[in-house]
Amino acid sequence: MSVTVIKPGMLSSFQDRGREGYQHQGIPVAGAMDERAHRLANALAGNTGDPATLEITLTGPTLRFDLPACFALAGADLGATLNGLDIPVHRPLVARAGDTLAFGARAATGVRAYLAVHGGFALPPVMGSESTYLRSGFGGFKGRALAKGDQIALRTPLAEGRDLDALHQALWNLRIYLPGVVANKRRESIRFLPGMHWDAFSDASRQAFTTAEFRISPQSDRMGYRLAGPALSMDAPRQMLSEAACFGTVQVPAGGEAIILMADRQTTGGYPKIAQIATVDLPALAQTAPGQTLRFQQIAMEDAQRLDGERERAFAQLHEALAPLRAVLTLA
Amino acid sequence: MNDSSEPPSSARPRWRILPQGDRCIVVSFGDHIDADLGRTCLAAARKLRDACWAGVTDVVPSFAAVAVHYRPDGLDNGLTCASLTDRINALLAEGIPADAVGGRDIDIPVCYGGEHGPDLADVAHAAGLSPDAIIALHSQRRSMVFMLGFAPGHAYLGVHDEPLNIPRRPSPRTAVPAGAVAVANRQTVIYPSRLPGGWNIIGATPLTLFDPAREPASLLQPGDSVRFVPIAPEEFDRIRKGQP
Repeated sequence: MSVTVIKPGMLSSFQDRGREGYQHQGIPVAGAMDERAHRLANALAGNTGDPATLEITLTGPTLRFDLPACFALAGADLGATLNGLDIPVHRPLVARAGDTLAFGARAATGVRAYLAVHGGFALPPVMGSESTYLRSGFGGFKGRALAKGDQIALRTPLAEGRDLDALHQALWNLRIYLPGVVANKRRESIRFLPGMHWDAFSDASRQAFTTAEFRISPQSDRMGYRLAGPALSMDAPRQMLSEAACFGTVQVPAGGEAIILMADRQTTGGYPKIAQIATVDLPALAQTAPGQTLRFQQIAMEDAQRLDGERERAFAQLHEALAPLRAVLTLA
Repeated sequence: MNDSSEPPSSARPRWRILPQGDRCIVVSFGDHIDADLGRTCLAAARKLRDACWAGVTDVVPSFAAVAVHYRPDGLDNGLTCASLTDRINALLAEGIPADAVGGRDIDIPVCYGGEHGPDLADVAHAAGLSPDAIIALHSQRRSMVFMLGFAPGHAYLGVHDEPLNIPRRPSPRTAVPAGAVAVANRQTVIYPSRLPGGWNIIGATPLTLFDPAREPASLLQPGDSVRFVPIAPEEFDRIRKGQP
């Protein structure tokens, strides 16, 4: 018994927090573009640990539940409906056998939504992770994005004969408070730390990066966001040795057009690095669509790490606060 | 650039700590490619990996640096750039024995030239040597795996002798077959899968460099010592048929 894909949507792939510990073998981390929303969806579906969620991009899929399940959506509101009726994000919900989850009923507010099911999808871990690495075709569901007709089993379906009306009511009665730092927030500017080669860039380039507006080009994907804006250059161009790259590294190839490395980035890169996006703002970046504009604002290391740590603490507190939800779901 | 035939330097390695954002620290040992520097990076990476610090997710050596990726744990006294910098400095100050690279000895069979090595003649011409001399240069001395990057299982090996200090091709190929063995700038790369690439292809190995279902998935690991073993085309076909 499983979830059946009626329509796959634009790009729907399973992602967790990424394939860590293998970058020295050249294996990209991949993982959720908006890790915050991925974790939130899991928490609201009563999950512990880090099972993969379905990362849904702009045009969502149409999915049929062939068995009862508890699920939750987080991240962008892509206009989700269950059997044609609007459903909210950030709530644990019940699907019955035969129910259809679809998207697109309302204008999207963001780019990526995350669908978590209670207990997780039954996916084989590859190198300790359920994340799909699309470029090399491994991880997730058969190493690829969802396709029509796919059937994805659930790891721990709800107990048979369960009173779904009572479960629905119990979930609906739960009061769930989401701290601001774990919820969606649009930002006027994306905060960054100086990159490895910040000082080698020209004054004009550093000035432009901090003040100008950049547009996310249509040639942007899970691997990287290309930025259209003022050309950036170093005072004295030089060859760089290939070395480690991170989620949010802003590198500048010879053409002067900056690229922000995203979830599917290569493990190493050989271009000059002007900046590094603060981790706390990567989710906001991941929810910004091609065609939209961005500004960047410098932040101090201490502040970036304090905000990153505050989000971690907020997730820990949310996890504790959701103990009643997990208790409801594990009732026999 | 030091010649790798020189004896290892007895000078204590120096390093600089360069934060790369709020979740990565790069320990930089220099800005050029040579065998001693590479061994220092690999030994430092091994030492940092063996420390198994909670919150450190990846230790990634490259030609002249080691990247330490970490995650905050949400604790008040948790991992920060400042605290991790102190720990890295203290650990590396204990010493970085360059003989502690810890790699394995691995033979990589290579069918040089012909259809498997379309650029061998160009490389020989650029080096002013015969194709056989290039094969000898490439296969008679061991090479070290400096780092993996660009794609899963994609290894950079070196440092080769000066005649193999030739630039990459002026225009890259859009698709290089899996197993292609290619040289440039005194280094070798082996393409683990069909990829775009601008290096000079002098041969191919029938071995599978990367298989996500295998443990470890990558045939080559940082620090491995590789001997390229010339094989005939028939041997290439025989080995390739014998594996998935």
